[in-house]
Amino acid sequence: MLEIKNLVVQIEDNRILNGLDLTVKDGEVAAIMGPNGSGKSTLSYVIAGKEDYEVLEGEILLNGENILEMGPDERAAAGIFLAFQYPLEIPGVGTMTFLKACLNAQRKARGEDELSTPDFIRQVNKAADKLEINKEMLKRALNVGFSGGEKKRMEILQMALLQPQFCVLDETDSGLDIDALRIVSEGVNALRAEGRSLLVITHYQRLLNHIVPDTVHVMSQGRIVKSGGKELALELEASGYAEYRASEAA
Amino acid sequence: MADVTNLRTPAETGLSKLFEVARMKFPTGVSIAREEAFRYFEAMGLPSRRVEAFKYTDLRAALKEAAPPADAPGAEAAHRALDAAKGFSGIEALRLAFVNGHLVAEASDLGRVPQGVTLAPLNEALAAGDRLLEHLAPVSQARENPIYQLNAAFMADGLLVHVAAGTKVEAPLHLRFVGTGAEAFSTATRVLVVLEADAELTVLESHEGPDGVAYQPNDALDVVIADRARFHHTRLNGEGREAIALSTISARLGAGSHIETVNLVTGAVLSRHQIYLHFAGEDATATVNGATMLGNGQLADSTLLADHAAVGGVSRELFKTVIDGDATGVFQGKIIVEQIAQKTDGKMKSDCLLLPDEGQMMNKPELEIFADDVACGHGATCGAPDDDLLFYLMARGLPRTEAESLLVQAFLGEALESVTHEGAREALIGEVETWLAKRA
Repeated sequence: MLEIKNLVVQIEDNRILNGLDLTVKDGEVAAIMGPNGSGKSTLSYVIAGKEDYEVLEGEILLNGENILEMGPDERAAAGIFLAFQYPLEIPGVGTMTFLKACLNAQRKARGEDELSTPDFIRQVNKAADKLEINKEMLKRALNVGFSGGEKKRMEILQMALLQPQFCVLDETDSGLDIDALRIVSEGVNALRAEGRSLLVITHYQRLLNHIVPDTVHVMSQGRIVKSGGKELALELEASGYAEYRASEAA
Repeated sequence: MADVTNLRTPAETGLSKLFEVARMKFPTGVSIAREEAFRYFEAMGLPSRRVEAFKYTDLRAALKEAAPPADAPGAEAAHRALDAAKGFSGIEALRLAFVNGHLVAEASDLGRVPQGVTLAPLNEALAAGDRLLEHLAPVSQARENPIYQLNAAFMADGLLVHVAAGTKVEAPLHLRFVGTGAEAFSTATRVLVVLEADAELTVLESHEGPDGVAYQPNDALDVVIADRARFHHTRLNGEGREAIALSTISARLGAGSHIETVNLVTGAVLSRHQIYLHFAGEDATATVNGATMLGNGQLADSTLLADHAAVGGVSRELFKTVIDGDATGVFQGKIIVEQIAQKTDGKMKSDCLLLPDEGQMMNKPELEIFADDVACGHGATCGAPDDDLLFYLMARGLPRTEAESLLVQAFLGEALESVTHEGAREALIGEVETWLAKRA
């Protein structure tokens, strides 16, 4: 599914990723954990195609195709989805208008017909019900005045509608209370499928109690420094990141 | 003065000649006022950038030649022009059509006027010495403005609208101003709307004309709003690409009255829309918005003066400009709070979105406050679309132009929300979409 090889990335002369290698197989849920400043969010932005970052070396292959030359919209159409750590508020853009525009833009890019309005509304309502998203929220401007939890649920709603192949969840648990964490996790779990892989970025193990990963990777100083199964997350929760910080420093 | 006379431009000399010819043809009535207006204009000349109010819109430089006033067009030409004009056409309305500044009676609904409303062609009203004419030019500051005075000197046709006390007119009045012709021409129309106490009226104005002809419309709308009356006004500047389009709305607000006026601009190589508000009665409220979309070579100027001369007035002004390419937006807004006008609440804002970085926006907000218990403020912003918002939208699959379009629609939408008439609001949103589609 996704293969990252020797990725070296900088922003304004600050090197953030230092030869990162990572492979996520079809249908796999991979978790990336790591201390603050280890480059986790940078990785998510670089996968999604944010322009501020300069890729100096390496490649990101989605099903064998290098996506680094593609714009963010082309990557989205190819099946990449980033659930933002801080979803943006867009005053004046209605949530439904936004959802429909995104869905149709992706369909168009893939050479598919546009969705009819009734079909679109049916799909949105179905996905919104599962995520316990209030219909009133859908009538408002995108994310404007939404609580942290509502914004995260809106991200997962978009993920459910767009049906991407490869999803990056950037600290989706931040700002969520216990109930919201459960709802969001259930939403994500419902999207686990053959042919869809997830990269879950988090500081804490608690999210991984809900979204149980197949693999766990520890990131430090812009590299994957250790990989293992889900038990690695528990070890980290017990021992902290000190060991990895120390090993980097040495 | 002799020096000034020596420096007259060809356009100024031309206007003097045209006035000498045209005055003989004008209908009688207000002829003294007409004469005075022209002499006033003549003494001032076309304003250049040395005149503060025209600092960013140098009419003296822009108006190379004075185009002759257009004659009334033939029936066939008039109908052809009207058929081609699409502004607000989807809205159920009472329509009054003006082609090249002349009322086309056959294409106007003069015969099906609702009860409580009186319409009279300006020509007839002038000839008959209509009593309503005393309401012309209701705001004194406008009478010191050269554009408005030129209109007063040359006004050739227009309309008088009277709405009786307590009459709430359901269907909007749609004033269609359509230009046609292959040679440069000028027009000067004057519409006077008088709303008696507690009356309510919606007026839609659409301005359209040929591309490739440097015609020069100068339109004025005078509005007298009596106590508690409500006036809703939506204006669409879809003038031809070479037009130099000048316009003025001046309104006098009675106690507890309300005006909402929104101007959307996509047309004309140079346009200047002037808004004069005089808060004469207590607790009057005004919403004045503008949405301007400019492409290469265009200049659009919105100039506003809100004169609070009574207690408790509220004014809200929001101007939004989108510039795509080498174009110039101008916003000049002045709020005056006279000593008597305590408890005035005035807020004015101008925002500009520069799509590429070639355009420029000139903002000049002014507050002149003589009362001590008021809340007034102004603000201005200018910048490119937010990169983070663009990335968010693109990461969801929207190509850059579509993402930008969505942000532009949202940006301008804020200025269009205040349009009370749903059909008019949707029509303006449609204009934004059309402009964006042409851009893409």
